[in-house]
Amino acid sequence: MNYYDKLIFELSKQGRTGYSLPQTCSKCKGTEAIPAGLLRTKAPELPQVSEVDVVRHYTNLSQMNFGVDTGFYPLGSCTMKYNPKINEEIAAMPAFGGIHPLQKDVPGIDAVYEGLDHALAAITGMKHFTFKPCAGAHGELTGLMIIREYHMSRGDCKRTRIIVPDSAHGTNPASAAVCGLDVVVVKSNANGLVDVEDLKPLLDDTIAGIMMTNPNTLGLFEKDIKEIAQLVHAAGGLLYYDGANMNPLIGTVRPGDMGFDVMHLNLHKSFSTPHGGGGPGSGPVGVCDKLVPFLGVNVSGFNGNFGVMLRAYAYILMLGRENVKLCGKLATLGANYIKESLKDCYKLPIPTVCKHEFVFDGLINDGACEGKEGAATLDVAKRLLDFGFHAPTIYFPLLFHQAIMIEPTETESKETLDEFIEVMRKIAAEAAQDPDILHNAPHNTPISRPDETSAARNPILKYWDACDC
Amino acid sequence: MAGFHYFPHTDSDIRAMLDRIGVKSLDDLYADVPQDCLYKGEYDLPDAMTEQQVRDFFEGLAAKNPKLKVFAGAGAYDHYTPAVIPYITQRSEFITAYTPYQCEISQGTLRYIFEYQSMICTLTGMDVSNASMYDGPTAAAESMRMMVAQAKKRNTVLVSNTLLPQVRGVIATYAKYAGITIKEIAQENGQTSKSSLEQLIAQGDVAGAIVPSVNRFGIIENLEGMADALHADKALLTVYCDPSALAVVKTPAEWGADVAVGDGQPLGIPLCYGGPYVGFMACKQDYMRKLPGRIVGQTTDKEGRRSFVLTLQAREQHIRREKATSNICSNESLMALWVTVYLSLMGPEGLKQVNDLCYQRAHYLYDKLLATRQFEPVFKDAVFLKEFVLKSKVPVAQVQKKLADAGFFGALETEDGYVSFCVTEKRSYADIDLLVELLAISY
Amino acid sequence: MSKIIEGLKYSDTHEWVKTEGDIAVIGVTDFAQKEMGEITYVDCPDVDDEVEKGTEFGALESVKAASDLFSPVSGTVVEVNDAVVDDPKLVNDDAFENWIIKVQMSDASELDDLMDASAYKAFIKE
Repeated sequence: MNYYDKLIFELSKQGRTGYSLPQTCSKCKGTEAIPAGLLRTKAPELPQVSEVDVVRHYTNLSQMNFGVDTGFYPLGSCTMKYNPKINEEIAAMPAFGGIHPLQKDVPGIDAVYEGLDHALAAITGMKHFTFKPCAGAHGELTGLMIIREYHMSRGDCKRTRIIVPDSAHGTNPASAAVCGLDVVVVKSNANGLVDVEDLKPLLDDTIAGIMMTNPNTLGLFEKDIKEIAQLVHAAGGLLYYDGANMNPLIGTVRPGDMGFDVMHLNLHKSFSTPHGGGGPGSGPVGVCDKLVPFLGVNVSGFNGNFGVMLRAYAYILMLGRENVKLCGKLATLGANYIKESLKDCYKLPIPTVCKHEFVFDGLINDGACEGKEGAATLDVAKRLLDFGFHAPTIYFPLLFHQAIMIEPTETESKETLDEFIEVMRKIAAEAAQDPDILHNAPHNTPISRPDETSAARNPILKYWDACDC
Repeated sequence: MAGFHYFPHTDSDIRAMLDRIGVKSLDDLYADVPQDCLYKGEYDLPDAMTEQQVRDFFEGLAAKNPKLKVFAGAGAYDHYTPAVIPYITQRSEFITAYTPYQCEISQGTLRYIFEYQSMICTLTGMDVSNASMYDGPTAAAESMRMMVAQAKKRNTVLVSNTLLPQVRGVIATYAKYAGITIKEIAQENGQTSKSSLEQLIAQGDVAGAIVPSVNRFGIIENLEGMADALHADKALLTVYCDPSALAVVKTPAEWGADVAVGDGQPLGIPLCYGGPYVGFMACKQDYMRKLPGRIVGQTTDKEGRRSFVLTLQAREQHIRREKATSNICSNESLMALWVTVYLSLMGPEGLKQVNDLCYQRAHYLYDKLLATRQFEPVFKDAVFLKEFVLKSKVPVAQVQKKLADAGFFGALETEDGYVSFCVTEKRSYADIDLLVELLAISY
Repeated sequence: MSKIIEGLKYSDTHEWVKTEGDIAVIGVTDFAQKEMGEITYVDCPDVDDEVEKGTEFGALESVKAASDLFSPVSGTVVEVNDAVVDDPKLVNDDAFENWIIKVQMSDASELDDLMDASAYKAFIKE
């Protein structure tokens, strides 16, 4: 990766064009016929560049980026599995791309919705899905709306509180707040699992339900889930399943069988569609039988991210009935393999078997000595970049101060995992010897650590904020 | 183990890995899962397909959908997509990356988001743009939440009847669960009624209003005085706009708006049955800290080189949790790249030409349809750009069927007996003549 | 070691109070600014806003964290320190010199619930 320092605006030259459009009709009036009071007074300051300028500029930008196709991407809770290329070919078919969202007679598209609904229902044990949510957090919000709708339909309007474990993804409490629910936190016990005794007193008739991630963000299976489901249901609440961590359960455990009533899936995590640098995702929401009448909640403009659905459906068809059973197991195998291979160098707070991911709490020997600070989790993450790996998720979950959350996925070979293990051990050895090697990392990336404090104190958020124009 | 090309594990790999972990089988990795949670049945899924079978399967499905020439808009516009865009957005360094958490190896993503934010700002006239939202309607709903948060003790948002129905629909959904009161600003001759707006403001409790720039009838609205009326009451104005039209029409900033939202789809994003699209959201400097979603900012690295980072993150869900400005996490980053590349190719001249082409062709169709005497004008003196509404003398369903049978999609019903048509630069005069011919003869 | 000033009152949410007649000058402690790291933004109420003892009146933000500010007393905001709003680094430089808001107290007896310097010193050692 090389540093490339241009912005598209800096390539602009008055009169240069990058478009190919039909000629306007010279005899007819154009937008100049619009009354001046409705027209903008000054043209937008968009760049004026040629097609080749555009292609080179964005190709250069892409070369400062790291993707799953570049290398191993063990970002915890993000399930960075390989994105199959056939998916892209299907999603790019013009016969799908050209269809207007309000067109009614589209049997080929209906078949995609029905087929994907059926497949996801089979994998999760839910009854039906809505595909309107555009991402995981959007799915959470939709699912919570369905829960509220269910209670309100029964005249049970005082259920405005939702239980969220302290280990939950940040989107859980945020989605609850957007949905008008008050968050009640339930604590984790020493084993990193929801504390059933702490939960019991919270269950009263104001509780709409509980949001759970299983396996949780520590990668641990909530083995008391059946008891929790029974307690919450007995109190009149519903169970929401955060599908961000669904990958290890694909082919082995179905949320519907654990007692969950509503769930979302991240098609861009568990079902191989690319993350696109932060979207587009798709967050379909599945419900049990009794909640099907509430699936119509209207949360986005049209029919959801159909292009993402096509990719996920293609993936499931490639996987098929047999391979689906290995998906979660191989992901879990990889995570435990890394955990066992590194636990003598990194602190492992909870030493039990994990699922698709696990959390270390920093280095065992961070190299701290008289007058020298030890290497922190951030430093380990930055040093990994030098060796051609993406960093794991860091400082999450909040339960551990030096959290390093590692998730390999089933599409990584033993050789790749071995290389990663070797580098992680090397970094641990470097830290013990001279933590400054880590403090100053990364050394081999297009930029070194940027000054995030000044970025926040003096925000420069568009081109013209910085230049003298 | 029978090979599956997305799983690189050989039998001996699995054996060696299990040995290191100290368990005997893959099933042992699930020993902590209670037996009654394990699924022991067969999954109701088809047999695995080969790539060729998958391709054939989807080609079969695609062939079942009638391929129609689109003369409809209503929030999704069939503009031309330059070949460069999918070529760039398919680059695996862009498409297979996650959210740019590790900025040192994500400068590509961060730079294009910064360019995207800049372009949204110059189109809307706003000071600050976020890195994208899911779509236009959700961006509008977020602006409702933002205006209420800004107003602190007020809880009513005014929503114009002339906004697209899907925009009003999503706003209503978000409002319902957040406990926000929505009041509708009436329509007057196809535009947001200013007297209705003033009456509603006088009723009190108004945090802000959402009105369209180009509305659901295709009319370019005159928003003169609306911002003043709201600001006089310490309420805010959000303008919902078509970013393609912003190359020529007055900007939200020029109308005095505090927030601008809309859908980026008209900037060359394929219709694709409704998504993925991209919502945009921008605001005046004063409200920067209330803006939801990710924002990229410029800074320098240790060597002083220009660098880009995610910034002002304390607004976001991963830090503030239930106190965040929004729950949004993943947005539509790759579609933001899509429109950034589109706007780079088009430039100010190209985007204006797109509007001129649409204007000319839409007005050509409008005049021709009126000349058939099967349609009547609806709104007196309305100024439209690429989309317009007529009253159909023939029952709407009959018009729609006639069009569909001949390979056209258009004449969407906006209300009883009113139909809308939309013409983009992709529709030729020959196409338009053909459509007019179909509807000219009485049937 | 975090700096603690004798003669001020302290809350368990790490705000300090200095009284000037019936005006309470409120800031955050040195301990709090150290915990936050480099402060990037100070979110303040407006003058004339009412604040209530124990409830939020604003927040401190750093690059990776946010921390709400809780009012140690009830009353009306009479002044906001624009200097720290413009330059949040001042709080890091000297958290006691750079106050955040001044409140006209509605009930001065609320001060009695706060800790004195030695009690706060013990509190942050816990």
